[in-house]
Amino acid sequence: MNKVFNKIESITGNVITVKAKDVKYKELAQITTRFGKSLAEVNKIEGDVVSLQVFAGGKGVSTGDEVRFLGRDMRVSFSEDLLGRIFNGSGEPRDKGPVLTENMQPIGGPSVNPSRRILANRMMRTNIPMIDMFNTLVVSQKLPIFSISGEPYNQLLARIAMQAEADVIVLGGMGLKYDDFLYFKEELSKGGALSKTVMFIHTASDPTVECMMIPDMSLAVAEQFALQDKDVLVLLTDMTNFADAMKEIAITQEQVPSNRGYPGDLYSQLASRYEKAVDFANSGSVTVLAVTTMPGDDVTHPVPDNTGYITEGQYYLKGGRIEPFGSLSRLKQNVNSKTRKDHRALMDGMIRLYSSYKETIEKKNMGFAMSRWDEKLLKYGALFENKLMDLSVNMSLEDSLDMGWTILAECFEKDETGLKSDLIEEFWPAK
Amino acid sequence: MTANIGKVVSVNGNLVSVEFENNVSMNEICFVKVGDTALKSEVIRIRGNIAQIQVYEMTNGVKCGDEVEFTGDMLSAQLGPGLLGQVYDGLQNPLPLLAEQAGWFLERGVYVEALNSEKKWEFTPVAKVGDTLRAGEYFGTVPEGAFVHKIFIPFNLLGNYTIKSIAEKGEYTINETVAVVTDERGREIPLTMTFKWPVKRAVNCYSERLAPVETMETKVRLIDSFFPVAKGGTYCTPGPFGAGKTVLQHTTSKYADVDIVIIAACGERAGEVVETLTEFPELIDPKTGRSLMERTIIICNTSSMPVASREASVYTSVTMAEYYRQMGLNVLLLADSTSRWAQALREMSGRLEEIPGEEAFPAYLESYIAAFYERAGYVRLPDGSTGSVTIGGTVSPAGGNFEEPVTQATLKVVGAFHGLSRERSDARKYPAIDPVISWSKYTGVVDSKKIGFCKKVLSHGYDIGSMMKVVGEEGTSLTDYVTYLKSDMLDAVYLQQNSFDLIEANCGRTRQQYVTDKLVKVLGSEYELGNKDEARGFINRMRQRFIDWNYTEFESEAFRKAEGDIDALYAEGKGNLGREAELLLNGGE
Repeated sequence: MNKVFNKIESITGNVITVKAKDVKYKELAQITTRFGKSLAEVNKIEGDVVSLQVFAGGKGVSTGDEVRFLGRDMRVSFSEDLLGRIFNGSGEPRDKGPVLTENMQPIGGPSVNPSRRILANRMMRTNIPMIDMFNTLVVSQKLPIFSISGEPYNQLLARIAMQAEADVIVLGGMGLKYDDFLYFKEELSKGGALSKTVMFIHTASDPTVECMMIPDMSLAVAEQFALQDKDVLVLLTDMTNFADAMKEIAITQEQVPSNRGYPGDLYSQLASRYEKAVDFANSGSVTVLAVTTMPGDDVTHPVPDNTGYITEGQYYLKGGRIEPFGSLSRLKQNVNSKTRKDHRALMDGMIRLYSSYKETIEKKNMGFAMSRWDEKLLKYGALFENKLMDLSVNMSLEDSLDMGWTILAECFEKDETGLKSDLIEEFWPAK
Repeated sequence: MTANIGKVVSVNGNLVSVEFENNVSMNEICFVKVGDTALKSEVIRIRGNIAQIQVYEMTNGVKCGDEVEFTGDMLSAQLGPGLLGQVYDGLQNPLPLLAEQAGWFLERGVYVEALNSEKKWEFTPVAKVGDTLRAGEYFGTVPEGAFVHKIFIPFNLLGNYTIKSIAEKGEYTINETVAVVTDERGREIPLTMTFKWPVKRAVNCYSERLAPVETMETKVRLIDSFFPVAKGGTYCTPGPFGAGKTVLQHTTSKYADVDIVIIAACGERAGEVVETLTEFPELIDPKTGRSLMERTIIICNTSSMPVASREASVYTSVTMAEYYRQMGLNVLLLADSTSRWAQALREMSGRLEEIPGEEAFPAYLESYIAAFYERAGYVRLPDGSTGSVTIGGTVSPAGGNFEEPVTQATLKVVGAFHGLSRERSDARKYPAIDPVISWSKYTGVVDSKKIGFCKKVLSHGYDIGSMMKVVGEEGTSLTDYVTYLKSDMLDAVYLQQNSFDLIEANCGRTRQQYVTDKLVKVLGSEYELGNKDEARGFINRMRQRFIDWNYTEFESEAFRKAEGDIDALYAEGKGNLGREAELLLNGGE
């Protein structure tokens, strides 16, 4: 039946080679070492020399260890039983639940036919004003959260997971600190969202190869749920770790690096994951939100740079807030005309005033005298930051819009807002 | 002939090495057999008896010893009536048909006929029995939408051919024989309405290549007046992400003054193609009065589709463009983005373990880019008419830095450069083409002297603007301040353009000339302005009136009225026309 080999020819990093015939590209093997069993995946065949990347890593692998080819490629079990469960990058349970083996589905499958896609046109509510009101998340959108290390991006993801209007949440953690893993687990069970969540978690101490499997596993599961009419939200953190894992394997296999050591196909690799975001007509959908940390706060670093070209906008997380200027949801205009008629105008007006506030702050810092108008802007800016921008604010879009009007009324006269008169008549709060 | 079969000896990503016995040619198409499916591939290197092939699909499951069947043909596009309005992948499979066969996903190994072989076309013979024709000359026509689709002697036939028989006017499918010709040695060759052409070879069945002189109107003021593109010319649009490359191309594809638009969505988001697919069938082409989709072909190989066919997709698109040019039509090919194509080359080069050039791009990057853009051109056809292929490519430079290899290689070969800047897009100044760095070698729709005058105002204004950042408004003289305001106004009312407003987005040649004249007058005049506040107020009012004017329909009553408002304000400001502007407007020397 399955062929077994007892002679490993070479071990470099996490990649081993064996001499074997009739092995398929991307076939899985099981390798038994003195530390236990691990999966390995064929990633190169040259004549009878087969290279495999070992999921558990190359450490402690002996040349005499047993390699058994399984005759199948990497798959993930799919059923309703996944909900509430936590797995690692090999698809093994990380919780105390049973191993799932039924209905195995391939991962990293083909992409959706563009002619079958439909225009994204449904809003996904998160009850975070900076998202709902200013950069609306749209069902089937793919958006990264650009952030520097130290920002509360995982807290933000956890809140989105709990509050977002999605049927199923798939959380893919790559290179997570163990504390963060515990945080997610605790927050989601506290918030009651665990029962609609599937987690694929790779922590920083787990082997690199497993890190590379996380997005594919998460997205394969998400796609299956979506085909069963579920709106799925996939949260990935942190894609920079995923790219770094690819870099590590590529360098180990002596691939020619392109930019800062990353492999030449970084763009295609990231794109094939992000493009899994889709709205199936008359069925479910996959929406992707992925944290991408920017090394050195540099958006031109290859990972955020390539990501920006792939995704439909980005959220910048800076100073604990979703920055209103750099952040952009390219699809928001598909939905924000249908929410409430003051949505677009209020959004633009408030951002315009906030940008004037920023100019005033600059002037103030340079020691210029503050005019009465400047004072108004200062008051406005402070209120905006506390009542809407703060990440702990939690309210519906309608409440946010009302809050926007309240803030404007508190700081300005009607004609100072630059908003259309008929909207002001309708929405200006009575004092 | 027996099948030419080889065997797989190594697999590395989508690069597969095959051991073969008979002859194999470079760029030949072959199929790797995996179980029941056969994966389309192309030979990209031959060493001894090993051919290295790039597989256009995912290679999961391929193993050593798998059979590979060589076809003897190069990667070809099928040409014939029925291409217009289609949505193809990079290998010319119609995507809607693939969806019918395979459902939601692009299953590998599924290939579909590029042209409908059942549809009947109304064929009208043009040549007579006994006529002698050469490749690229036509012997009949069929109507295709608003166009007369010419039926050619296939481009790959060498020498002279005599018509032996030709079908009568009537309805035929593309595979029915509509003519029989004899070659110089008397051999008979039956001809249908369709034939294949290897996509990596340029079609050269024209009499001569002419210099591109006529402006191709895009209806974008900043392009047509300042950085124009010529029919048969080339241009590139590099810019960082979010600077509006795709929106700009999208606008161009809608309003450009050409017969046929081919959109090559190469390695970009699928969502953007969906937008085009949803929007175009609804829009009306003002030239033909038919749906915009009927003049459009979309070649769509989005970012998650296999890399090797991404490389093929730009060639497939340009081949179709050349085919329609042969009918005497003006074709615009928009490639978004050529960087993704270059990256596809880089990926394969890496797998081939070639010595990397700059940023690991292969050393032949420049010559490949040059060869691609050189397929554009304005040509005289055998029947004396002219046709053109214009190529506009976007470039997505890493980090928005134009110093990178793809941008630089492209700049060497194109005739116009529309550099998008992050600064302008952040300030919501669209189109975000930076007038300081962009250039064009072609002639625009407006008198170049007038544009020269406007450019001078602009650059003078920018200089004052940057000085003002240091010395503040207080330290700037009133004259300088007014120049600064004027240049800012010029930017706001002419360079910036709302591409989502139907009238504003579609600004034709005559209107651009008319508005420029008005602008030269307003910018070239001195006003009686007491102080800076007055100046700012005046110019702001002027700016507002120009913007209102832009949104009125050309030569309508509202247009006249808005123009009257501008003139009234000009009189109110006691405008005094300067000498330079006066000369320009009077056309004097």
